[in-house]
Amino acid sequence: MAQQSDIKYLTPIAVDIRKKKYCRFKKSGIKYIDYKDAEFLKKFVNEQGRILPRRLTGTSLKYQKKVAQAVKRARHLALLPFVTDNLKSNN
Amino acid sequence: MLNHYETVFIMTPVLSDEQMKETVKKFEGILLEKGAEIVHQENWGLRQLAYPIAKKTSGFYHLIEFQAEPSVVKDYELQYRRDERVMRYLTILMDKHAIAYSEKRRNLRKEKEAAPVVVEEAPVALEAPAAETVNVNE
Repeated sequence: MAQQSDIKYLTPIAVDIRKKKYCRFKKSGIKYIDYKDAEFLKKFVNEQGRILPRRLTGTSLKYQKKVAQAVKRARHLALLPFVTDNLKSNN
Repeated sequence: MLNHYETVFIMTPVLSDEQMKETVKKFEGILLEKGAEIVHQENWGLRQLAYPIAKKTSGFYHLIEFQAEPSVVKDYELQYRRDERVMRYLTILMDKHAIAYSEKRRNLRKEKEAAPVVVEEAPVALEAPAAETVNVNE
């Protein structure tokens, strides 16, 4: 009992208050992800053109699959690159 | 059973505008011949490719949305492969959400095509001669 209260911190413990991630498709009711809209798909892709994981974007599994599908279709049609550098700064 | 499909193909930039239109006509014709019903078409024109295909850095994009029997698609894609003017193609089966989306997109495009004409005319006529010339002189 006493031991616990003995521990004193000089600075308050950093409890990071993270914003809860949410699935943007569920939230805004988007049902279909268009592979033709390269600008939109760039939000789910990093600088090198790789698809971002769900743990970073917060997308739900159902829509992550659709995002991945759309990105791959866009790549096939040369709307998105397979690999590059500075994908976002160029455009 | 009829399915809803969407196909996009990329033609070589070597073609002239005439030849490009001719190619599009050809594929349109193939579809119609096989008993498909064309719902919508879009020509995106000459676009820069994200990476080179067959040493070309640009290409003519064309999109056709159609309804057809599933058996049509295989034959149709074979025609793409046989035509050397087509560098890349993609045919996808559309579900109900995709159909709803493309309808919405089409309507938006129509509005956009109609709107700018009205927007452009008004400010140019009213503001341009008065405001701009004054600024330049100052």
